[in-house]
Amino acid sequence: MTYIAKPKLHHPSLVKNKAGYTRRDYEGAVSTLCAGCGHDSISAAIIQACYEIDILPHQVAKLSGIGCSSKSPTYFVGASHGFNTVHGRMPSVLTGANLANKDLMYMGVSGDGDSASIGFGQFAHSMRRGVNMTYIVMNNGVYGLTKGQFSATADKGSISKKGAANSDEAIDMVSVAIMMGATFVGRSFSGDKQQLVPLIKAAMMHKGAAFLDVISPCVAFNNHAGSTKSYDYVREHNEALNRIDVIEGREEITTEYAPGTTTMVQQHDGSILRLNKLGEDYDPSDKIAAMTRIQEGLRSGEVVTGLLYVDPTPKDLHHHLNTVDVPLNALNTPDLCPGTAALDRINASLR
Amino acid sequence: MPQAIAAVNDFVVKFANVNGSGSASANELFARSILRMGVPVSPRNIFPSNIQGLPTWYEVRVTEKGYLGRRGGVDMMVAMNPQTWAADVKEITPGGYLFYDSTKPMPSSAFRDDITVIGVPLTAITNATYSDARQRQLFKNIIYVGALSILLGIDDKEIQKLFSEQFKGKEKLIDSNVKALQLGRDWVTQHIEPDVVRLKVRKADNVGDRIFVEGNNAAALGAVYGGATVCAWYPITPSSSLAEAFQAHCKKLRHDKETGKAKYAIVQAEDELASIGMVIGAAWNGARAFTSTSGPGISLMTEFIGLASFAEVPAVIVNVQRGGPSTGMPTRTQQSDLLSCAYASNGDTKHVLLFPEDPKECFDFTADALDLADRLQTPVFVMTDLDIGMNHRLCKPFQWDENRSLDRGKVMTAEELEAGKNFGRYLDVDGDGIPFRTYPGTHPTKGSYFTRGTTKDEYARYSEEGPVYVRNMERLQKKFLTAAKIAPQPVRYSSPKPTAYGVIYLGSTSPAMAEALDQLEADGNHVNALRVRSFPLSQAVEDFIHEHDKVFIVEQNRDAQFRSLVMNEFTLDARKLVPVLHYDGTPITARFIAADIAKKIAQFKVVPFEKAAS
Repeated sequence: MTYIAKPKLHHPSLVKNKAGYTRRDYEGAVSTLCAGCGHDSISAAIIQACYEIDILPHQVAKLSGIGCSSKSPTYFVGASHGFNTVHGRMPSVLTGANLANKDLMYMGVSGDGDSASIGFGQFAHSMRRGVNMTYIVMNNGVYGLTKGQFSATADKGSISKKGAANSDEAIDMVSVAIMMGATFVGRSFSGDKQQLVPLIKAAMMHKGAAFLDVISPCVAFNNHAGSTKSYDYVREHNEALNRIDVIEGREEITTEYAPGTTTMVQQHDGSILRLNKLGEDYDPSDKIAAMTRIQEGLRSGEVVTGLLYVDPTPKDLHHHLNTVDVPLNALNTPDLCPGTAALDRINASLR
Repeated sequence: MPQAIAAVNDFVVKFANVNGSGSASANELFARSILRMGVPVSPRNIFPSNIQGLPTWYEVRVTEKGYLGRRGGVDMMVAMNPQTWAADVKEITPGGYLFYDSTKPMPSSAFRDDITVIGVPLTAITNATYSDARQRQLFKNIIYVGALSILLGIDDKEIQKLFSEQFKGKEKLIDSNVKALQLGRDWVTQHIEPDVVRLKVRKADNVGDRIFVEGNNAAALGAVYGGATVCAWYPITPSSSLAEAFQAHCKKLRHDKETGKAKYAIVQAEDELASIGMVIGAAWNGARAFTSTSGPGISLMTEFIGLASFAEVPAVIVNVQRGGPSTGMPTRTQQSDLLSCAYASNGDTKHVLLFPEDPKECFDFTADALDLADRLQTPVFVMTDLDIGMNHRLCKPFQWDENRSLDRGKVMTAEELEAGKNFGRYLDVDGDGIPFRTYPGTHPTKGSYFTRGTTKDEYARYSEEGPVYVRNMERLQKKFLTAAKIAPQPVRYSSPKPTAYGVIYLGSTSPAMAEALDQLEADGNHVNALRVRSFPLSQAVEDFIHEHDKVFIVEQNRDAQFRSLVMNEFTLDARKLVPVLHYDGTPITARFIAADIAKKIAQFKVVPFEKAAS
């Protein structure tokens, strides 16, 4: 980490996005994570994604649990409200926040300890409910803040820094997310910005439960030989199925692509995801095929990355609850309090 | 045989039934018909944690004087459950009455010779009239209500009116119920001497405009009026009916007339941790939110309650208390979560508790709790219990001030931020310990902050520096003192004569206490009373204690938890505070309170205070 405070003044020539903000307006405080931590790359990717989709910084709400990953919301989009909740319980707090105001964009940041161990239940149930959010797990397979214990996503047989082998089966977060009903599921690598930034953008534009499992090596405790979450291992075994470009609905598609190399998926908000296929023919809208491909990757030791599953027309929790168009937190006394005449009728019915 | 008990509008009838047999609605019909005759009743369900088959009881106290606490003792037992027959018969007060189904002959050893036995062949009458099994089961219940209406002098027109209201538009159902009722009435008229039963209901005018409602239903309505838009909950006895009632009220009162869309969101969460998490998330984001639960749910919520308290996020938790510890007595009542709620969570935490006495206050306090939580930016507990929550209780009608609006507390707006008003999320600007907050999304460049459970300075910046931490903790203490001033204040009842004795009580003890005070007064034991309605304790509580030599603290738990709260919060001689404790899971009775206090006063008169108190 560095102790140098970030200067507040920006260079006048910085390019502004359509919302009138520079990329630096989406930054946060200086990171206190270790130099080289994958999480910082993910924070940078989030900053880039927010800048590129032209969102107003204060229209993002950042929520996290406890752990290294959960510290990171301090390091991006400083002009938005953040909530560092309790260990493993970010999903419920995010769900409540989303119920209160459906108009903000919810970014849930969590780690593998936070979401696969103590908060596994909340992770699963928030997917089931279709909470409109972008849920990012910064997955390093290890407990960093408590100095190197295995987490529940550590692969069976992988070796800890101290040399112990993990005997427990790993929880594959993307498989669980798909099974639990997430409508946008991707996996990426903190070291692959080109793949990661568009995935985050697409997830943020997705109007439903979007989940991203981002392998993010822990340079302090899980970056050694024998680890399956190290930079070297992931680079070597990364099996990218696709890279996507996010095209906002209003943009005209001009570039021509050779037939068979791209697939277009139009999301409900009008945005188009252009999938650049890498090698194999893969249809991310087919849930069963997605599950099969992920399981094949697990068997062969590949880290299958890319947009793995997407339902382009998701229905979110507010749809299920049939809530009014105005955010619930904007309703006031006349909307909410039925008044004395109604109360008199209720009293009369109770005699 | 002792003389048969004779009483008009002042007796207890207990129904012993089998759970799931449809008896509940018949028994409620019985209670309501007496109420319609202008005579107050106080019914109580005594039920098992079971869906079908286990014993269940329904106790109706008929009380012209309007004593709504449980009285104790049974003047008439309606014994419909062979499984509990022996214990039920044994429970009848000597001189009382046993009403039973005499279809099958019973040996004389099954009865007692100090009670009046009334046998009605309910099964035989039912089977002769109905062939369908379910009809037989349901109408048998109505037939016994018919039989009892003749024996006790209940006006059958009132019962018929209740049928018409209940089955409005379903004429067939009204007719068949009236027919069953008449079957019971006819049989008794033809076979039993009039006035064998000397317990009578006589028309009176003592109900007035009062309403008859369950506390859970009332609290749910209070949440609607208090502007709650988010309810997250997890099913747990005895609180489940509260969230369900909220849903029912919202369906009627909270849908947009044009679009039909909901102005509320209710989520049945995966557990209590998630439900309180959702409440905190919603309240952080500016919605009014609540959850309802019971003791074990509070245990699970404790970590989150600490977060909400320390990060200063509003939350309303209605705790419908049941018997603890652990799973305890899920279908019995207690006031045994006082300490676990008052001091929930690790570290130095203290929370605001409200103690409603009846459904009316469940309504008031739940609405008030939503205001208080926003004003104080902290969790507020509404401490009701099974006795209030799941029983119909006669109480004052709900009232609402048409001019009342939701008090959202100190929320800084975009305009204020734009105008350059200084915003420090944890900055005490006016000395009451309560800072300003902003809702997420308020302003593009000003007013954002990071909410966390770690320590922070006045501007929400993470800090573990000692002085910063201490400043924050002292401000929270100041906020707690502010809470003591703005929460519902105690209500005092003074004895007509000066006295050295006082009594402090709270919550569902209230109706039994009111009656006990009358009994004590009648016996020459003068006692002043203070009903505490909130924690932190108001200065009035300490003043009341100083005013008396001895203060009884009446509560429904083993460990004198409320007394502990009093001792913790004030500096006073603990020997002054005499516990009066009832905790067997049944609602506390006036007989118990009056006898215990009278006994203790008698001891104080003959031995030094210190010895008697120990």
